[in-house]
Amino acid sequence: MAWTGKMLRVDLTGGSCTPGPLNMKWARDYLGQRGLATKYFTEEVDPKVDPLSPANKIIWATGPLTGTMASTGGRYSVITKGPLTGAIACSNSGGYWGAELKMAGWDMIIFEGKAPKPVYLYIEDDTAKLLDADWLWGKSVWETEPAIKARHQDPQIRVSSIGRAGETGCLYAAVINDLHRAAGRSGVGTVMGSKNLKAIAVRGTKGVGNIRDPKAFMKATAAAKKVLADNAVTGQGLPKFGTQVLMNVINEIGAMPTRNHRDVQFEGAKDISAEAMHEPRKTDGKPNLVTNQACFGCTIACGRISKIDETHYTVQNRPQYWGASGGLEYEAAWGLGCANGVNDLEALTYANFICNEDGFDPISFGATIGAVMELYEMGVLKKEQLGIEAPFGSAKALTYFAEITARGEGFGKEIGQGSRRLTAKYGHPDLSMSVKGQEFPAYDSRAIQGMGLAYATSNRGACHLRGYTVASEVLGIPVKTDPLVTEGKAGLVKAFQDATAVFDSAGICLFTSFAWTLADVQPQLAAACTDEFTLEELGLIGERIWNMERDFNNRAGFTHKDDTLPKRLLTEPAKTGPAQGLVNGLDKMLPEYYQLRGWDDKGQLKPETRARLGL
Amino acid sequence: MQKSLYINADKCTGCLQCEMACSYENYGIFNPAKSRIKVFDFEHTGKKVPYTCTQCDEAWCLHACPVEAIKIDFATGAKVVLDDICVGCKVCTIACPFGTVNYVQDTGKVQKCDLCGGDPACAEACPTGAITYVDADWTGLERMKQWADKVGNQPHA
Repeated sequence: MAWTGKMLRVDLTGGSCTPGPLNMKWARDYLGQRGLATKYFTEEVDPKVDPLSPANKIIWATGPLTGTMASTGGRYSVITKGPLTGAIACSNSGGYWGAELKMAGWDMIIFEGKAPKPVYLYIEDDTAKLLDADWLWGKSVWETEPAIKARHQDPQIRVSSIGRAGETGCLYAAVINDLHRAAGRSGVGTVMGSKNLKAIAVRGTKGVGNIRDPKAFMKATAAAKKVLADNAVTGQGLPKFGTQVLMNVINEIGAMPTRNHRDVQFEGAKDISAEAMHEPRKTDGKPNLVTNQACFGCTIACGRISKIDETHYTVQNRPQYWGASGGLEYEAAWGLGCANGVNDLEALTYANFICNEDGFDPISFGATIGAVMELYEMGVLKKEQLGIEAPFGSAKALTYFAEITARGEGFGKEIGQGSRRLTAKYGHPDLSMSVKGQEFPAYDSRAIQGMGLAYATSNRGACHLRGYTVASEVLGIPVKTDPLVTEGKAGLVKAFQDATAVFDSAGICLFTSFAWTLADVQPQLAAACTDEFTLEELGLIGERIWNMERDFNNRAGFTHKDDTLPKRLLTEPAKTGPAQGLVNGLDKMLPEYYQLRGWDDKGQLKPETRARLGL
Repeated sequence: MQKSLYINADKCTGCLQCEMACSYENYGIFNPAKSRIKVFDFEHTGKKVPYTCTQCDEAWCLHACPVEAIKIDFATGAKVVLDDICVGCKVCTIACPFGTVNYVQDTGKVQKCDLCGGDPACAEACPTGAITYVDADWTGLERMKQWADKVGNQPHA
């Protein structure tokens, strides 16, 4: 077991909350969280639905290991059809909210329709009710969380909510919980806002006790924790440096997308790296980094807690930004920094705070600013319409854009549409560094070839969390492969994609996979749920989930033509570094990938593939 | 030798493994709401601080109890709530200066840390060494050693 076996269906249009049993056959076949919620979603929602219409649905889902002593067992995902891409959207978050929902006795919540006016869902164990949120609308996440706790006179409530970006239609608005943990990508917060749903406040006191074999589970989780502690990445690198440990590494190998992917190395990387976050500042003698932090149940603790220099231009006389809060993770540092050529660590930290405060994705935001700055340098966008001079490297432009995007004001409204729509509007669609409308994260696929295929085929648009072959191609996990060649990458990408789907559906953090393989996850899942979860079965579940998502996208209207990369990465060679002279060799990997997947040359699932996976 | 829980908040990451271990030990369930050790998250400073009963020698809870439901475990020094006797009057929760005795709605009794009979599950579960179980007379040993290192073990100018 380990699932609670109970789900909640909320009809926002009619205002009702209806508990029901979880479909245990589906739980067996799709595990939980990403897999199970996507199964519900694809069964219930027309793939052609307008993502921002009431007919779209949005699901908050935990996994079987959420709320248990399995290391990192605190995850939840938000699943919907994404407004940025039009593809399936699934964003994963840590913090404490997911475990709290499970402790209250629920595996997942499905929201349908649209509330006639702003509401929030309040859950206290078995009780769930929709409450008026007029008084919360227009508030940031940082205002919403304490306001709800105060209203219910309960400081132990956990909140998952949107800020102003989600209310004003920014297409990459995030869902934020615990002030700075984010289901960050693909605009899941935009869908939440479109339904007039401001927040989900949860207090759970029932706990998670439904473990099949508790003794075996405690043994398996203890052994797996030891694997994390003994591993150099999860035991030392991530706790000390966070994901920012990658900044100098990726720059060194010439895979750092810089200035809207014009360059592959950033001369300012060292100024915004993990090491820089540890350095005492010249101004106040204190480092940017205050401490590391864990999410629920996590024995890695990679989270960054930072404080901005109080004398920095962004926060002068603004004490509300002087406290410690979620600092720069690698992807945010890249998106807010390298993508725009900005090397001001304090400005990036401030922009990151704004992304958390009002709930939007720093990757898509930062990459969109990269496109804006390129268009500005080309003379296509002018100071008058932007409200500021915006050359590459301008920290002032970056932080100004963050503020107006958070509030949906002025040109911020256009920035909030993402790079694909913005560059198309101004006649330069090729300058959008995105796949299926979602912006790239922090790895240039000219220098890490496998990532080109991973991006092109990712079911939620460009993304590093759907098939992180960086692990193999750069870090040598589980085995080292040459990042500059395309040979063997089709199989590598498929293996990473399928395994990742299992991690994302189990209730644990993908970062465990720096140390764990499925063989480390399997005993934990088997002891918690059912001994039918063999290694082979889990592999099949991962592949089933991937194909289910793909099939939804195909039915939504995506074709093999969308499995591609921007022209820049396919035709403009890397200028410096080990990959100098290389473009991404996607065409050499894609056909083999389709074949390994059991898809036809149009990227559609073959009947025998459906049959094998039970789709 | 009697031992004490020794908490070094600087090492706490806020993972709540201790809270789950505590509730599992005592109720067979993962449930921070029933934990006898609690991690406080001071968001503004980024500090996480675990807190639980320190097992006072002069235990206010024990003296306040009208039915003598709190007894001393002489092996560990823990002040232990006897569920069979506790009537849930909550006087001990008022008497405790530190707030570490708390009522449990489900059982109608109070609960507090009992050191798990000498093998505290929270210390066992803590991944960073923020919670340790050490010689009760020498809870300051680690900190003393740090300063000793500073004053005597570093190269002199």
